[in-house]
This record gives sequence, C-alpha cells and structure tokens, in this order.
Amino acid sequence: MDIPYTVAVRRDTGLNNGKIGIWLFLASEVMLFGALFASYILIRTGSPNWPRGDTVLDYRLATFNTIVLITSSVTMVMAWASLMRRKFGTFRIYMAATVLLGGVFLVVKYFEYSHHLHLGEYPSHSNFFAIYYTLTGLHMLHVFGGMVVNAYFWGPGAKLWEKNPVWFTNRVEHSGLFWHFVDLVWIFLFPTLYLL
Amino acid sequence: MSDHAATHDHDDHASHDPAEIDRHVRVYIMVFVALMVLTIVTVAVSRFHLSVPVAVSVALLVATVKGGLVACYFMHLISEKKLILAVLGLTAAFFVVLLALPVLTHSNGFWIPQPAPAQTDAEHK
Amino acid sequence: MSEQAVAAPKHEHDAHHEELGFWRKYIFSTDHKVIGIQYAVTGLLFLLFGFSLMMLMRWQLAYPGAALPLIGNLFGEARMPGGSMLPEFYNELGAMHGTIMVFLGVVPLAVGGFGNFVLPLQIGAPDMAFPKINMASYWCLFLGGMTMLGSFLVPGGAAQSGWTSYAPLSVIAGTGQTWWLIGMIFLITSSLLGAVNFLTTTIQLRAKGLTFMRFPFFVWSQFVTSFLLLLAFPPLEAAGVMQLMDRVAGTSFFLPSGLVVSGQVLANAGGGNAVLWQHLFWFLAHPEVYVLILPAMGIVAEIIANNTRKPLWGYRSMVYALIFLGFMSFIVWAHHMFMTGMGTTMAAFFQTTTMIISIPSVVILTALIVSLWGGSIRFNTPMLFAVSFLPMFGIGGLTGLPLGLNISDIPLHDTYYVIAHFHYVVAPGTIFALFAGIYYWYPKATGRKMSETLGKIHWIGSLVCMNVVFMPMFIVGLAGVSRRLFDAGSGYDFAQGTMHWNAVSSWGAWIMGLFQIPFIFNFFYSIRNGEKAEGNVWQATTIEWSAPSPPPHGNFAIPPQAYRGPYEYSVPGSDKDFTPQFEA
Repeated sequence: MDIPYTVAVRRDTGLNNGKIGIWLFLASEVMLFGALFASYILIRTGSPNWPRGDTVLDYRLATFNTIVLITSSVTMVMAWASLMRRKFGTFRIYMAATVLLGGVFLVVKYFEYSHHLHLGEYPSHSNFFAIYYTLTGLHMLHVFGGMVVNAYFWGPGAKLWEKNPVWFTNRVEHSGLFWHFVDLVWIFLFPTLYLL
Repeated sequence: MSDHAATHDHDDHASHDPAEIDRHVRVYIMVFVALMVLTIVTVAVSRFHLSVPVAVSVALLVATVKGGLVACYFMHLISEKKLILAVLGLTAAFFVVLLALPVLTHSNGFWIPQPAPAQTDAEHK
Repeated sequence: MSEQAVAAPKHEHDAHHEELGFWRKYIFSTDHKVIGIQYAVTGLLFLLFGFSLMMLMRWQLAYPGAALPLIGNLFGEARMPGGSMLPEFYNELGAMHGTIMVFLGVVPLAVGGFGNFVLPLQIGAPDMAFPKINMASYWCLFLGGMTMLGSFLVPGGAAQSGWTSYAPLSVIAGTGQTWWLIGMIFLITSSLLGAVNFLTTTIQLRAKGLTFMRFPFFVWSQFVTSFLLLLAFPPLEAAGVMQLMDRVAGTSFFLPSGLVVSGQVLANAGGGNAVLWQHLFWFLAHPEVYVLILPAMGIVAEIIANNTRKPLWGYRSMVYALIFLGFMSFIVWAHHMFMTGMGTTMAAFFQTTTMIISIPSVVILTALIVSLWGGSIRFNTPMLFAVSFLPMFGIGGLTGLPLGLNISDIPLHDTYYVIAHFHYVVAPGTIFALFAGIYYWYPKATGRKMSETLGKIHWIGSLVCMNVVFMPMFIVGLAGVSRRLFDAGSGYDFAQGTMHWNAVSSWGAWIMGLFQIPFIFNFFYSIRNGEKAEGNVWQATTIEWSAPSPPPHGNFAIPPQAYRGPYEYSVPGSDKDFTPQFEA
C-alpha cells in the first residue's frame, strides 16, 4: 500500500518520513559515540599517567585521513547537489569519489592498525589502546556501512532515478546525512585521540 | 510514491532552481576551505604542547567549529525544520549530561577519604 | 511493492497482496498488525518462561537446600545434584529471570506488541512509516531471544551476574555472559529500529485533524517511550561492546588494576573502572523502567476513559507530566548507585532529581484516579485490571521514595525491599495493565471477545496472589535481608525472624501460576469460540474502533479524520453516551 509522505512532504511538519527517520537514527548514534567519549573521559581522568596522543599514535597519518574524510563529505554533498541539478552523470562521479575516499580512509586505518599490532600494541596492552581501538573501530564500521549504502546508490540502487527521481534524490540526501555524521564524529575523534 | 509526477514540493531549502543550487555549491566550497584551514590550525596548535586544560579547550573549540560547519552547511541544519532542531537540541542536552555527570560523581570524593594512617604501625600490633 | 504512480493504487495493491504466500503473509510480513501479534505472542511466551524460572527459584527460597521432587531431577547434576539447587544455578535463574522479563517479556509486549498493533490504527494510519524496518526489528528481537535462550546450553550455563551484569564479576564470568552481551546487542538494535519507526509514524502519519493535543493518551505514552528507547539505549550498547572486549579481547575498561580472582592477580592491564559500567548501564536502565511503565499507563488511561463513560480528568496535565517525566528520567540514574562512593554533591543532585521525578508520576496516577469520580463504571475484565493497577502502582511508586533518598537508601539498598518495590510497579503494575490491554484489544485483533468469566477468575486470583508474593518482601527487606542470596538469608541471624515469609511468597507465586491457566486457555480458545465482536464492541471513541475487526491490510478503506478530542464520552445533548473522534 502507499505510505504517505514517503516522498512528498507533510505540510505541517515540512518533512518527509525518511528525513525524520535518518535524523532520529543519527540522534541515537550521537548517544552511542557519546557513551564512548564519556568512558574515555572517565578512564583518562582516573588514570595516573595517560600518554599524549601524538606520542603513541601517528598524527600525520590521521591528519591525512581527516582531510580524506572531509573531502569525501564535500563530494557527498556535491553528489546530492548534482541530482538536484538533474545531472545524473555528475552524481555518479561524485558518488564514486565519495566511496573511493572512504576506501582510502579504511586502507590508511589498516596500515595504522597493522603497525600497532606489529608492535604488540593490542587492545589489551593498555586502556589507551583499548579505547583507541574501540572508538576508531566503531567509527570504521560506520565508514564501512556508509560506503556500502553509497555504493548501492551508485550501482544497483540508481535504477530508482529512472522511476522516481525525487525519491532517489531524497534517499541520496539521507545517506549523505549519515556520511556527514561519520565525518563529524571523526572531527572530534581525531584531536581527542591523536593530539591531546 | 504517487506524488512523483506532481509538484516540486519535496523540500524547499534547495529547489531545482539552478541559481539557488549554485549558491549552495559555493557555500560548500567555502566550508571545505574553512575545514581544511581549521584542520591545519588544530594540528599546528597541538605542536605547542600546551597544558592539558588549555590544549583540550582549544582542540574542542576548533572541533566544535568544524563540526558546526559540517552540521550547518553539509547537513543543512542551518535551514532545517524546527522539529529536527528540537530533537537534536534534546539529544545535545542528554549528550552533555552523559559526558559530564559520570566524571562529576567521581571528582567530588570518588574514594571517600580515609582518615590519615597512624604514625607508628608498631603501636597497633 | 510496485513503484509506478498509479491512478487507482488500492485495487492493484489488493490484487498484488492476495498473491502473498504463507511466509510473506504471516512470518515475514511487513504489516504492523501481523508484526504486532508476533511481538505480543513472543513477549507472552517469554513472560511465561521468565515466570517459570522464578517459580523454580522460589522453591529454593522457600526451602533452602531441599531437593525439589520430580522436577528437580530434570536439571542434571551440574545444576541440581540430587534435585537440590546449586548457588550457581540460582544465580543463573535470577539473572535470566530479570533479563527475560524486562527485555524479552514486557518491552516486546508493551511496546512491540501493543505499540505496533494499536498505534497506527489509533492515529488513523495505513501502517508504520517504515514497514520493512518494522519487520527487521521483530527479527532482531527474535535473534536476541534465541541467543538468550541458547545461552542456557553453553558450558557454565547462562549469564549469572544479575540482570545488571556488574563488573568485574560479569567480566570474569563464564561463556553465558558473552552470549548475554550479544543477545543484548540484538535486542537494543530491535528497540532502536522500533523507536525510529514509532516516532516517525506518530509525527507524519497521523490522520487529518489529529493534532498532538487530540492524541489518545496511549499514543502520547508510546511517543515518549520511543524517545526514551532512542536516546537511552545506545550507551548500553556501547557498554556491552566494551564489556565484550574486556571478556574477549583482554581490555580493562571495567577491570581495576591488581584485581585478585581466586587468589591470583589478574594479568590484565588494569586501570579500568567498574563503576563506569554502572554509569552506562543505569543511564539506560533508569529510563528503561519508564519504558516499562509508560505504555502501561497509556493502556490504563484508554480503558478507564472507556469504562467510566467520561473524559479523562486532567488530560493536559497528564500529557505535560508525561513529557516532563521523560525528560527527567535521563538525569536520575545514579540513585541506583548511591552506595558506590560518590561525593555528597552529586549524591544530593541525584537525590533531588529523583524526588522531583516522583511528581509527574503522582500527577498521572492522581488524574487516573480522579477520572473514576462520577463515572458510570463498567466492571468488565479490562477495567478490573486497569483499576487494580492504580493502587498497585501507587504502592510501588510510594515505596520507591525511601530508596530515592540516599539516607534511607543506605539500609534498604540491595535488600528485598527493593525487590518488593520494583515488582509492585512492574508485576501488579505494568503486567496488569498489559493483561487489561489484551482483554481490551483482543476483539480488535480477532473479531471476538475473550470470556468474561475466565477473565474475572484470572483477575482476582492474580491480584490476591501478587500481594501475597510481594507484600511480605517489604518486611523481609526492612529486616535487612539482601537480595540475590541463594539461601534467602538463612545463614544470617538477623534474617531468622523473617525467613518464614519466603514460603508464603513462594506459595503465592505457585498459586499465581495456576491462575494464569484460565488466561492462557481463554486466549487461545476465544480465537474460534469467543463471543463475536466485530465493530465498536466497547463503544469507544478512538480511531482504531472505526476499522473492521480485524482490520484488513491498509486498515481503513477511506483515511479517517479526527474531528474532536479522544475522550468525548457523555457529551451533553448527544443521543449516545460517546461521540467518536472519527465521526464527522
């Protein structure tokens, strides 16, 4: 059956269902990462000696990753803007760039993790590493999840553009909101773990 | 679904008007540049190895500005409907509560102070 | 689902849905009514299972160390050698009783069951905003439930560190605890998906004319509950992952340095904080108790308005109280942690917020009680359960006050007083409301009424037994007997004076079990043999009663409209004693 306001906007709220849905989901994600940040604060303040992030982790690699992720946020929003301009080809290029940049982020993280594990710096090594792996690991899962959804919209999901371009544009927008959120979390994660 | 053939009332913060979208794209580019600059700033400041409280404050401030730019412009919160802003405001309040209260319960006498130990243990044998 | 924009979607979709096979129609359905019934039946089965775990525990508490005849031998030498319960098994039962009742029993029934089935109907919607996500949320619950059940079969048995899973005990516990954590992740995911759906649906799919202040109170209660689930559950999910890492990856989030286990210092990095677990757990678990009570209050409100034939008294106050309650519920959690050594400033803060949060609860309860005044009361089974909810919740709520004040919490903390307090709220509180809701909405779902006679037997037996079980526990707790003692305190001198009450509670529980039989029989028997009850069998005013019973896929042939408030009963000048919300 037809669920109203899947695409069209409900007049008194000014929103469609997907927009509300994704923001509600993101609100729950704020609390999820919030709990990890709260744990970080509690553990760090209770610790007699906590290393400054850049003495243990490679902040330059992380800076590079920060730039990668921010750039991918731009390509994401440009992908959506291209759809708004009805330029499907351009959308595809920007969306591919977003997915690829996400891939670069993951590859860099792979090298980061390998390096630490090689040095015997497992999660069990210290609470610094425990929270480092947990925070960045959870974040990484979100990057991966976002990439999967974006890849879907770049590939098989793009068929919806033919049948219902407005709905497709909205879905890309909502996926973009998730992607920007992932970038937002990293913007806080990066200085917390690597610089402070 | 049956509305796709109908009007362009899907969202009003960026209609299909090309000029409007161009303006938005210009904002995106400016925000991108700002984010790059701020990233360099936050890394550069960290090189000064300021004291922990100062370093944390500065880093958080910069991160908040960066995050704010992403939220306001990439995520369009600057022109978002009141309902969404209300939900996020509520979330932000609880986020602060979650971050602040646990450590506060621990900072005001987490381990209830024990009386100072006696001077000579030998007397207590 | 067909994607084309069609001129007459109804007919095409009807034809399309007649082709759905058995599996898509009844098992993997995206229809909120089917999903609601799946949740409700699952919830009821787990309530029964959790109840059975308790009935087993109560043997040990009534007759510590005694062999349980016949049944005792079914549990094997590892758990009940010679039919006599081992402490570890008692702990297993206790932890899983709590976990199952809260997360697999009450929440799936109250939120997943009643919320899913009634909410779209009550707001005049064709279904939930995200039907596929709705289906996914049920199957997440199912997987979580299977994981929890499966955990009984692993070496060492199921989780046995309390439903609260406090570190460091839970971190060093056997494999069952790992399964518990994985199960919780499934359950939390299910609730989060459900919350997103409920909130979006309520905001976006309500009928024309159905403004927020015209919502039935049940809708408001589910709305606030969904916010609680959405924002409070994620920290527990994070904590669960962290505890998993402590157990599996050797981290020390919750393990302090130099922890000695069985005479040996644990070889972990240390530096962790066991109280961190408590903060993250209770950050969820306090709002969780409001998740347990709010839908119940919603159900009771509907049934009271309907069976007094008058509007709810103080509707507006009730709604504001509900919203205030939801907000406050996020800033009281450390009243569960008064004994963890926090400083006096924060203890005072949490004590204050806890006292304040009792106010909206009292407002709601008072409004419901006052709503009875001057009513033409119909004492049918739903109403009997709904009315008895009121004093039971009253006892539960009032007995919470000394627990919320940190001075009086000191002697009462972790005693049977606490068990009595929260069971009064949840058992003759919430569960009675859920029973009321089943009797009330059963006709909507099946087109038939449940037997009134069997219902009244179920009611009176349950009401009396609930009090026989839990009232003595206040006495036992005030005497200082701790909870979670597998021998009910028989080794302590100070407990001797109250030991006899344990057998009283146990017999109350077992007899209460017997009184559930008429209910179970009634539930299944009435599907085919109940009195036919199509249409508006209770002469109710809310929108769900304008749809056929049971409603078809899509619920309403013509989208309904709301023309007035939800409780226009006995309007002067009207020829009927009720003026439905949906009638022009």
